[in-house]
Amino acid sequence: MDGLFSIVPLIILAPFTGVLINVFFGRKLMPRRDSVAPGVIASSMAGFSFLIAVLMFFALLANPAGAEVPVLTWINVGDGDFTLHIPWTLKVDTLSSVMMLVVTGVGTLIHIYAIGYMHGDIDEKAASRGLEGEEALDFKRRRYARFFAFFNLFLGSMLVLVTANNYLMMFVGWELVGLCSYLLIGFWFDSPEKNEAGQIIGVLNSSAGRKAFVVNRVGDFGMLLAIMLIFWSFGTLEFDDVFARAECMIEAPQAECLTLSAAELAPQGEGEAAAEEHGEGEARALTTPIALGPFAPTLGVVVTAITLLLLLGATGKSAQIPLFVWLPDAMAGPTPVSALIHAATMVTAGIYMITRSNVLYAMAPVSGMVVAVIGGATAFVAASIAVAQFDIKRVLAYSTISQLGFMIAAVGLGGYIAGIFHLATHAFFKALLFLGSGSVIHGMEHGHHHAHGQGEHHDAPHGEDERPFDPQDMRQMGGLRKHMPVTTWVYIIGALALAGIPPLAGFWSKDEILLDASLNSTLVYILLTVAAFFTAFYMGRQVFMVFYGSERTEAARHAQESPPVMTIPLIVLAGLSVVGGLINLPVGGLHPLGRWLEESVANAHIASFNILVATISTVLALVAIGLSYLLYGRKPLEEGEADPLYSTGPVFTFLNRKWYWDELYAAIFVRPYNRLGDFLANAVDWQFWHDFVHDRIIADAFQGWAAILSRPIDLGIVDGAVNGVAQLVESTSRSLRRVQTGYVRNYALAVLMGVVAILAYLAIRFLV
Amino acid sequence: MNLPTLESINLAASLPVLILAGWACLLTAIDLFISPERKHWTAWLAVLGLLASGVALGFEAVAYSQRGAVSAFGDMAVVDGFALFLQGVFLLSAFLGILLALNYLPRHNIERGEYYTLLLFTTSGMMLMAMAADLIVVFLALELLSLPLYVLSGFAHPRLDSEEAAMKYFLLGAFASGFLVYGIALTYGGAGTTLLSGVVEALVGGGPAPNPVLAIVGMGLILVGLGFKVAAVPFHMWTPDVYQGAPTPVTAFMSVGAKAGGFAALLRVFLIAFPATGDTWGVVIAIIAALTMILGNVVAISQSNVKRMLAYSSIAHAGYVLVAVAAARYPEVEPLAVSAAVFYLLTYAVTNLGAFAIVIALERDDGTGVEVEDFAGLAKTRPWLAIAMTLFMLSLTGIPPSAGMVGKFFVFQAAVQASVGDPLILTVTIIGVLTSVISAFYYLRIPVMMYFRDGEGQANVQPALGVALALTALATFLLGVVPAPFLQMARHALLTLAG
Repeated sequence: MDGLFSIVPLIILAPFTGVLINVFFGRKLMPRRDSVAPGVIASSMAGFSFLIAVLMFFALLANPAGAEVPVLTWINVGDGDFTLHIPWTLKVDTLSSVMMLVVTGVGTLIHIYAIGYMHGDIDEKAASRGLEGEEALDFKRRRYARFFAFFNLFLGSMLVLVTANNYLMMFVGWELVGLCSYLLIGFWFDSPEKNEAGQIIGVLNSSAGRKAFVVNRVGDFGMLLAIMLIFWSFGTLEFDDVFARAECMIEAPQAECLTLSAAELAPQGEGEAAAEEHGEGEARALTTPIALGPFAPTLGVVVTAITLLLLLGATGKSAQIPLFVWLPDAMAGPTPVSALIHAATMVTAGIYMITRSNVLYAMAPVSGMVVAVIGGATAFVAASIAVAQFDIKRVLAYSTISQLGFMIAAVGLGGYIAGIFHLATHAFFKALLFLGSGSVIHGMEHGHHHAHGQGEHHDAPHGEDERPFDPQDMRQMGGLRKHMPVTTWVYIIGALALAGIPPLAGFWSKDEILLDASLNSTLVYILLTVAAFFTAFYMGRQVFMVFYGSERTEAARHAQESPPVMTIPLIVLAGLSVVGGLINLPVGGLHPLGRWLEESVANAHIASFNILVATISTVLALVAIGLSYLLYGRKPLEEGEADPLYSTGPVFTFLNRKWYWDELYAAIFVRPYNRLGDFLANAVDWQFWHDFVHDRIIADAFQGWAAILSRPIDLGIVDGAVNGVAQLVESTSRSLRRVQTGYVRNYALAVLMGVVAILAYLAIRFLV
Repeated sequence: MNLPTLESINLAASLPVLILAGWACLLTAIDLFISPERKHWTAWLAVLGLLASGVALGFEAVAYSQRGAVSAFGDMAVVDGFALFLQGVFLLSAFLGILLALNYLPRHNIERGEYYTLLLFTTSGMMLMAMAADLIVVFLALELLSLPLYVLSGFAHPRLDSEEAAMKYFLLGAFASGFLVYGIALTYGGAGTTLLSGVVEALVGGGPAPNPVLAIVGMGLILVGLGFKVAAVPFHMWTPDVYQGAPTPVTAFMSVGAKAGGFAALLRVFLIAFPATGDTWGVVIAIIAALTMILGNVVAISQSNVKRMLAYSSIAHAGYVLVAVAAARYPEVEPLAVSAAVFYLLTYAVTNLGAFAIVIALERDDGTGVEVEDFAGLAKTRPWLAIAMTLFMLSLTGIPPSAGMVGKFFVFQAAVQASVGDPLILTVTIIGVLTSVISAFYYLRIPVMMYFRDGEGQANVQPALGVALALTALATFLLGVVPAPFLQMARHALLTLAG
């Protein structure tokens, strides 16, 4: 069975093959408007990867220790004291296998969904810019193929990230998924339509992509520093070696551990036992000095610095305070992108990275606490913001941030199993919710066209509240239950799972996080519990606003159910959201996922089920849903009616404006930066440097000098010399050209002269 | 004198060469039965031969990794990592050479089966050259390499410039061969043997050497003969005329294969002899390297014909490899210098074949269309072609992310290591860096033409050519981005005195 591990490179190869096919032939594969070949190719590549992931799973069942499969040597420099060896080696262990399964499994479903969704989306965009016939077909070919090329590229990149066996290769994947995210957020960078404020949508989309990119740069900066610090302290970047050396340095001086590799440490197993022995009770003082240039900080300080810098990286990619601001804007991308990249997979990279680095976090209790508090605070802040949003996808975006906060809090408190568990179940139900929202948007757009196609303008007489049509605004929906039954039911399942209602998947995983929090930190527990309450409330609010009550616009009245290619993935995901909790059912000491992860996560611990915590969270969720029913369900919103939460006044505005985070960053960073740039560009560069130094001092002085130099000196002396040199070069060139005469006899003469020169040299050497 | 035994002949070790040479003979006969309009069959049969030889080479490489170098033909040939690596480069170049010609020949009405058989013959000559451990074998291999190339240069024979190229190449080649033979004779006279190992012994003074000085002079003449093949100054003058006149696929193959073949012998002969003669020949080779780099790069600037420009470029690149050869005179630098030289040859091979593939795509049926101006506007009409050409030009200049950059880097690394305490090599290294700056001027003129000048930018990429282009572009990129696996192979390309 171990031989099976060696096929793991195929898991990355398949999506990249899909990229190449769609880049080079995608357009040719779409002879007609309804062709789906690029999407089918991309989906089957994703499906193939999923197959490999499943095979890896079975291989791991037989041998839970996993394997490292070398692909190639990427960097290999230095010898002796200093070596840098970075292989591209794929690590297959139980942790990476969970990630592979989630990424490829959910990825495949979303790929399939996108086959249908992107058809509608591109047609819509083509219509809105007035393209017809051949032009529209050409537009569609290019965009459809491009989308699936990017989508496969993302899948491959994400797999590069999760299969890496060292920090640098992980960083490569980290950057690649960031690039894909950027490309896909700004997928409609050229939309010419304008929104209510008169801004061009395409410009907004591309600045959303740019914001994601720039904000992530801040996190990547921390990640890079952490990687450098790891290399400097431990002399390697391969995970197992880093952890082995870090643990070795607890007892022994740095120099002794630097040549150690994980393989040497593994057989003895004493280190682990010793670590556990110490691990009980209070943290040890890690006082081994680490040589860092002129400094020699202790191991404890270094590891804390590393883990905090890694956390900065995680806050960027996993959208945590203070770097979460990019994720809501990222919803500008097409809905499958939001579902796959910005909910299910890429944004969980931070949680995966921290779990992977659990050995280091176990050595740095301070960092662990910081991680947990940041996670808890993010969960709370984002959940509260989600309560007051009207855009269906934005609610989900803040919900994602909040749920990522749950996971980060879990791994910060050492609950790695709970974190990864929630990561998996969240991937199911959040992907489901996003795709469901996509289905709703699709239906609304359809309804809008239908209404306008028949020349009806029912919206007009209803008055003053003349909002332009926005298919994502929940205030314009309502009553969709009647028109989109499948979407309604799967959406409700997803919402209940997210709200944490037993026995759906979200209940089990969220409960495990709350349990870990209740045991380790009261502050985090309270933050998370309140966040869980908000979660249930805003999901209830969303479901009642979108699916219940009466239709508030013509578009909602004509909304239509999506085609099966979209609803089938939804049903599959709904099924997973129902039964997903089984993978780590806490009943009877089962904990399958926990046992599974224990193989590769050294500091994993299995939490036992606590009925009190479970009851509190369930009751709170039910109360929150009840509250949302009171506000939105019992008496649904009518057309033009304001949200009942408006009555809370400034609180609502505060939440609706997202705690003014964007304004805060604008005030602290963006505007001062712009002002500085303005100052540097206008005052320093232009007025001082250009106008004063260049024009006044240099140019004027130069002209003065030039006047003197040009006539008497230049014309007289210099020109004479220059012309002389020029003539010399010209004549040399002419004679050189004469050398290449084309006559064989002259060429032979040149050879002969070479011979004579060599012989002359020898004669001088040996005779003189 | 021992009689040769089956064991000392060791046919198995030279199997790749034997397969190729044998298949070339057979194919000459087979070709007679292939009708004129089906000559592409000959091409594919030739590819089959290359493939078979490649498989045998693969087995040799595996065997080498287990048991190290072996000798064949009673020490007259040796199969070591150096030979295996270069033989791989030759096979690759020949394969690409066939791909380049497949559509070119019919388009120009010169499709004859001999093209492919001659190509196989010259390739087997190159492969023999790589394993030659005896001066007689060097000569034999050189002639086997050269004679088919003379014919190939004149392959477009109703065209006058092609005939002129063949004639010039033949006359001057014969002239240079004369020096080579004379040099071998003198060496034999001086050392009493033609075996390289024996020559070295004689030079070091351990053996019964009648006259070491005579052998050293003989080696000077050998340098002339091989310098002619690699187009080193001042033995380079044939290059522009022949490159311009010969059919473009021949030029492409010649610029890569014949050069690497020449270097195969040059490296082996001089590196083995360096311990005894380094202070003599190291100086001469360093000076030749400097002259070659300067002349090639400076004169290339004033060329308007791309084939002619690439000819001078080819001269210049010979100079860079010579820098590595000169650096190899120091024993501590030698392994690095040798692997740098062979890696450089590999990178040059894929890049230059790619560049010529683009020239072929642009060349019109009457042989025109290869001026620098003809590249104008190509980026608009054929964006992928323009990207590939830009990559090749970057690689020839030595700018990342391309193979050429890595190749130059290792050559200069070796040179810098050798230059400690050797001001001459230091000077040559600096000249090398400066001239590669100069080279940017004429190489980057082509991307400028393609991207910033308006023009028709016509090109004709037929399937085989497209495959060749894709392969070379991919290789050029990959060698520049993940050079490690190939460098690893080049590191094993060590020279062995004799098995």
